Amino acid sequence: MSAIKTAMKTSKGLFVLASFAALALYPAVAGNYGVDLVTKVMIYAIFALSLELLVGMTGLVCFGQAAFFGIGAYAAVLLSPQAEAASLLWLLPAAVVAAAAYAMAVGALSLRTKGVYFIMVTLAFAQMAYYVVHDTPLGGGTDGIYLTAKPVLGSLIDLDKPLPMYAFTLVCLVLVFGFLALLSRSRFGRALAGIRVNEQRMRATGFSTYPYKLAAFTLSGGLAGLAGFLFAVKDAFVNPELMSWHFSGAVLIMIILGGLGHLRGALIGAFAFALLQEFFKSEAIFGAFAKHWSLGLGLTIIVAVALLPRGLVDMPGQWRARLVGRRAGVSGGAR
Amino acid sequence: MLGATSGCSLRQPGHILTIADFGQETRTLLMDLATFFIQCLNSLQYGLLLFLVASGLTLIFGIMGVINLAHGSFYMIGAYMAYALAPIVGSTFGGGFFATLLVGAVLAVLLGYVLEWVFFSYLYQREHLQQVLMTYGLILVFEELRSLLVGDDVHGIQPPAILSGSLPLGEMMTYPVYRLFISAVCLVLALGMYFVFTRTRLGMMIRAGSTNREMVQSLGIDIKFLYRVVFAAGVALAVLAGMVAAPVSSVYPGMGNTVLIICFVVVVIGGIGSIRGALLAALLIGVVDTFGKVLLPQAAGVLVYVLMALILLWKPDGLFKAG
Repeated sequence: MSAIKTAMKTSKGLFVLASFAALALYPAVAGNYGVDLVTKVMIYAIFALSLELLVGMTGLVCFGQAAFFGIGAYAAVLLSPQAEAASLLWLLPAAVVAAAAYAMAVGALSLRTKGVYFIMVTLAFAQMAYYVVHDTPLGGGTDGIYLTAKPVLGSLIDLDKPLPMYAFTLVCLVLVFGFLALLSRSRFGRALAGIRVNEQRMRATGFSTYPYKLAAFTLSGGLAGLAGFLFAVKDAFVNPELMSWHFSGAVLIMIILGGLGHLRGALIGAFAFALLQEFFKSEAIFGAFAKHWSLGLGLTIIVAVALLPRGLVDMPGQWRARLVGRRAGVSGGAR
Repeated sequence: MLGATSGCSLRQPGHILTIADFGQETRTLLMDLATFFIQCLNSLQYGLLLFLVASGLTLIFGIMGVINLAHGSFYMIGAYMAYALAPIVGSTFGGGFFATLLVGAVLAVLLGYVLEWVFFSYLYQREHLQQVLMTYGLILVFEELRSLLVGDDVHGIQPPAILSGSLPLGEMMTYPVYRLFISAVCLVLALGMYFVFTRTRLGMMIRAGSTNREMVQSLGIDIKFLYRVVFAAGVALAVLAGMVAAPVSSVYPGMGNTVLIICFVVVVIGGIGSIRGALLAALLIGVVDTFGKVLLPQAAGVLVYVLMALILLWKPDGLFKAG
């Protein structure tokens, strides 16, 4: 039995490694459009991972994650000097810290509530951020605002070109994934898992759970800010829609679709969601009907959840269970 | 000499007193009172309308435990029904606005009944997050079906002739009769709901079913049918709200989503599952939103959410806990 478990663990590790290797080799075979698309999807994946830290690891369902994403993006644009390119060295941390700071304030207040109320309070704080950029001239209002010069790191990295942008995003994705994988195995990660399973018992064993939850919330906000930063740099443009609740909803869909409680679920979910969207939007396949792409997307989501309640990650598990079940049925019949 | 001229300009001999002679301050005060009154009526109308949609949401939430993101879509469907059904109803029954309302309500009950049967009844056993996902998928489906059937244009709708007038208010202000009609309809429906819940056998069974599903079932009550009725009623309320509101708000794509989020705010402020709480919260939001738009237009969008955050920080379970 333990041999099977080790084999499964290795296969999961191999899957992740193989995915990252495939992503690293991808630009060699893809055109400009493909590189741009996958860069976007990788940014979504980082965003999804940031939410996975909250929902999957800690059991806190946040419905306002887009606010932190948006703050990271707006910080990248607003803090950049107008005429010259900013240095990545300070602009990236600044964007992450800005998002984390807002997350800390939001978390400090909203962690007083629980369950559905927590979902709604996080939504409320996200809507506040949304209306601040939507209704005030701070960030260019509804029109959004352009990033005039993309940040650089000396002459080493110039994010204005698609390939360095792709590589930089991939490195960020791998680092975030590795960081969260280590985190979940650390004492801190175990404490978060304990809070998810039974917060009452964690408190009884002497853990003060509030600081742990607040730390997770702040960290998650910072990571979402990183994703937002990358997004702003890639598109050189931000608008209030980055903070809308639709986006918060979409990223939640990604991690649920992928499978909660697994880091690779966030990866799979982000890719599945974005590629499904591209698939149904494709005029080559659907012709004039491609205009109604969300019909196909909506139906797919419904069917996917109905058939795979534990997400795409669980697909091999379900097949195995079906196979084992059939075998067990056969042996039972022989007896 | 100086004193004489200033006295002259104030009151000339033989002058008749008119409203123009009152000081500017008194006149603005009168105007302000009228404006204030109008805004109060607007708040009431908006609040009651929100209550109609939110009450269905909180019922379905509180009794069946389903987070239904697609509830806003029913409001949207209602508004589009008011637009698309009117010519059909007009040509078959020869009736106008009220016949359309009636036909729409019947269709809404049917829609809710069938939807519960083929879709939502499978959600009861699922986790909340899966419900969120599946009903989100449903939003996309409804929006696209609407786009396929009716198109993506914005439509204005005329209120019926009897209700299209305005009541005079003070010297120069008027108030549209139709908005009063909306408030009246909502009020009647709210009272009707209160009556059904507290005074009838059906209401008793529904309340019992929300407390303990198994117990009610073992007493020989068909809980599945009961749920279907509650769901159909919730859908009908949202559809009716959409139909009644259409002449004021006009009909446009994505209108359901805006309403959905505000209604979730109402449900959460009021306390999940509490009809009383939903009513209070809806009125509160009506006031805050309407006056916010007049007094602080820059911050109007934020105010509702600030209110919600403050209330939840004060009372983490909403104003009225369900029960």
